[in-house]
Amino acid sequence: MDKIPILRMGRFLLVTIQVDLYDKLALDLEADLIKMVGKTNARGILIDISAVNIVDSFMGRIISNIGAMAKLVDAETVVVGMQPAVAITLVELGLPLRGVYTALNVEKGMDLLKSKVLREEETDPDDDYAGDSSV
Amino acid sequence: MAIQITKIFKKKKASILERWMQNQLAHVGLREDLISNDDLRADSSELIVTLLDTLNEKNLDDPDSSDFDPVVELLNSLSLSRARQGFSPRETGLFIIGLKEVLIGVLQEEIIDHKELADLSLKVHRLLDNFSISTFEAYIKGREEVILRQTDEIAEISTPVIRVWDGILALPIIGTLDSARTQVIMETLLTEIVESGSSIAILDISGVPTVDSLVAQHLLKTVSATRLMGAECIISGIRPEIAQTIVHLGIDLATIITKSTLASALQHAFKSLRLEVRQQRIDSVLSRVKPQ
Repeated sequence: MDKIPILRMGRFLLVTIQVDLYDKLALDLEADLIKMVGKTNARGILIDISAVNIVDSFMGRIISNIGAMAKLVDAETVVVGMQPAVAITLVELGLPLRGVYTALNVEKGMDLLKSKVLREEETDPDDDYAGDSSV
Repeated sequence: MAIQITKIFKKKKASILERWMQNQLAHVGLREDLISNDDLRADSSELIVTLLDTLNEKNLDDPDSSDFDPVVELLNSLSLSRARQGFSPRETGLFIIGLKEVLIGVLQEEIIDHKELADLSLKVHRLLDNFSISTFEAYIKGREEVILRQTDEIAEISTPVIRVWDGILALPIIGTLDSARTQVIMETLLTEIVESGSSIAILDISGVPTVDSLVAQHLLKTVSATRLMGAECIISGIRPEIAQTIVHLGIDLATIITKSTLASALQHAFKSLRLEVRQQRIDSVLSRVKPQ
């Protein structure tokens, strides 16, 4: 039984999808990720889909769902490394993935997550992690 | 009686070729710049040989007979190559029509009986007219291929992606945006974003004559796809008339960053990359622009 590993990096979770996502795998990933966010109190999720060549509306929806769910538990989602063909397909399918951030590669995605989370923390003094700048 | 005709033509084969060549060479419209006399002779003789090989008394009445496929094929390929070489339709057509004149001429000399002559001439006319038509069809097809290839080439060269700065791409769009072109533009832009690792793309539409709802939709698609890749897309070059049309059509471009000129788009890009471009303080004529 395949499972997509979820890595923890500080207050962020890192997911690299290296196989073509079939429906069951995607549903499992969605459930695992959201559980993991709850367990680790993660503030951001980074999903690397640079190895994904084929995308369908279901997978587009799963990514949107992850973004929306993460938002509910106060975490940001960044999808990185999307292939041009995948981007075109998603646009043609009418799934512009509102609610998730996108970045060109993992490095830029990490920077984006840091800037989003840090900015929030600066403006939100009640946040548990306020003042902790050792990210 | 009818058995005569193929015999006549076969007997007179050499003379037919000679006369036909003479006619062609004497013609004012001869394009010596496009085809040499030797090539013309080779083409002509090949056509006559193929025609006489396939022609018999039975299929003379039936111009659509599949017996003539080799002739039609040969004519098509000749016509196609002539269309590509730049022959005019008249010049291409006269090639086969010239042969008809010669064949009729031969018949006139060989057949004394008027009724039979008229009868056979009519058949030859029909047969060669049929060939002429297929020559024209092939010629037009050849020209269409040329046009299609040129369209492709224009589509290809009309979408240059320029790296204006490290991390900033610009794509000036010139001409009307249709779905096929949008597809090409989107693909080249996205591929270039991946290759160069750019985070900002500027679409300049100052060369787009009109923006209607379809064009706007294509633009929105390109912007969405760019955003999915993780890059920001700015649309620049929106002229006042175009702004007017967009608002009157009720197209919502509020989600997109739009600028009036490429310069202001570039400035915005510099700002979001935290780059600064300013004039050097030193009062030098050679003040250069450099990134900070």
